[in-house]
Amino acid sequence: MNKTAIFLKGIIKENPVLVLVLGACPTLAVTTNVLAALYMGIAVLAVLVCSNLCISALKNLIGDNLKFVANILIITGFVSLVQMLMGAFLPKASDMLGIYFTLIAVNGVLLCEAGDFARNNKVVDSVLSALGTGIGFTCALFVIALVREIFGNGTFAGIEIPFLADYKISLLNATPGGFLVLGLVMALLSAINKKPVEEICFENQKEGEVNA
Amino acid sequence: MLKSLLVIMMSSVLVNNYVFSRYMGFDRMFDTSKKAKKVGSFGLLVTVVMVLAALVTWPLNAFVMEPLGLNFLQTVCFVFIIAGISFLAEIVIKKCFPALYTELGNVWPLILCNSAVLGVTLSNISAGYGFGESVFSSLGCGLGFLLAMWMFGGVKDRLEIAVPPKYFKGIPILLISAFIVSLAFYGFGGIIETIFA
Repeated sequence: MNKTAIFLKGIIKENPVLVLVLGACPTLAVTTNVLAALYMGIAVLAVLVCSNLCISALKNLIGDNLKFVANILIITGFVSLVQMLMGAFLPKASDMLGIYFTLIAVNGVLLCEAGDFARNNKVVDSVLSALGTGIGFTCALFVIALVREIFGNGTFAGIEIPFLADYKISLLNATPGGFLVLGLVMALLSAINKKPVEEICFENQKEGEVNA
Repeated sequence: MLKSLLVIMMSSVLVNNYVFSRYMGFDRMFDTSKKAKKVGSFGLLVTVVMVLAALVTWPLNAFVMEPLGLNFLQTVCFVFIIAGISFLAEIVIKKCFPALYTELGNVWPLILCNSAVLGVTLSNISAGYGFGESVFSSLGCGLGFLLAMWMFGGVKDRLEIAVPPKYFKGIPILLISAFIVSLAFYGFGGIIETIFA
């Protein structure tokens, strides 16, 4: 795989939220507000890049029997670090995300990405892959938050939109709406790809086996 | 005293159901709720791990981390405690219930990656619960998870024979069904205050 393909795969073909369905919990919880979704996306991007860099750089030092434990330690360490930095410099963002950012630590997005890719690839490649995955995650969160905030609350990043604010569908911004919007966005993506989600996942799996 | 514990437990089963009101642990809905029996045993296992985690993390936080000002280590410590407990749980199952082990397989990463387990331990601390309250809230959270998995397992069985629109096949239709189940839980809002008033 060349560098561009590694970077792009996390954005479209293996989008962590919309195709692999990893991290549904934080995705749905923070997407009631565009700003919170962006903060979450950027924070996750930072954690992903740092932990992939670390895991890939240390892969020769850490034996196979300890890799899972080491990965968890590196990831939770960076999650705590980013959380503390956010608390110090962006207290507003830290309040918005609350506990859900911490939960990223045990999330599939990181564990999968770090476990498989970073351990088998060069440092540059795994950082590129982390960047792609992080950007894909941020984009997906942004789209979902856009729909939920504009139609559910009648606002965009806190600014009221004249007509929609009077006719908002508050259900979209409540808990159940998260499931609905994620489902609809995924269906839309598979309609654009002209393939059901299951087939996209299946193709990715097959390709992974060929590469391995 | 007992009443307030019951209120905490019931509200984390129904009103604040971790899966359908807070999305925690929803990721696990896609892969584990295949067979009704398996769902039951997995849900019970998660409940046990949650209660044990509360039993360990609350004293650790109150007697070690708070006095020493080590709050920044909370996440790392809790993740490792949960990993340890779920690993131990797997060993116990392997030794004592081999039949269950063959059914469930290698479960400890599944329990660890279930964000509800970490979620409930962290929210117990941030809600300022005492020891008893933490244990009951964890118990309620586990039972709520079991209830949600069991209910959603039934929905999934029906979906397997249903014919959804082409592009909704697979996960999108599951999410739309989760929306409807979640609406039902949304309706529980306020029930606890009415029952225990």
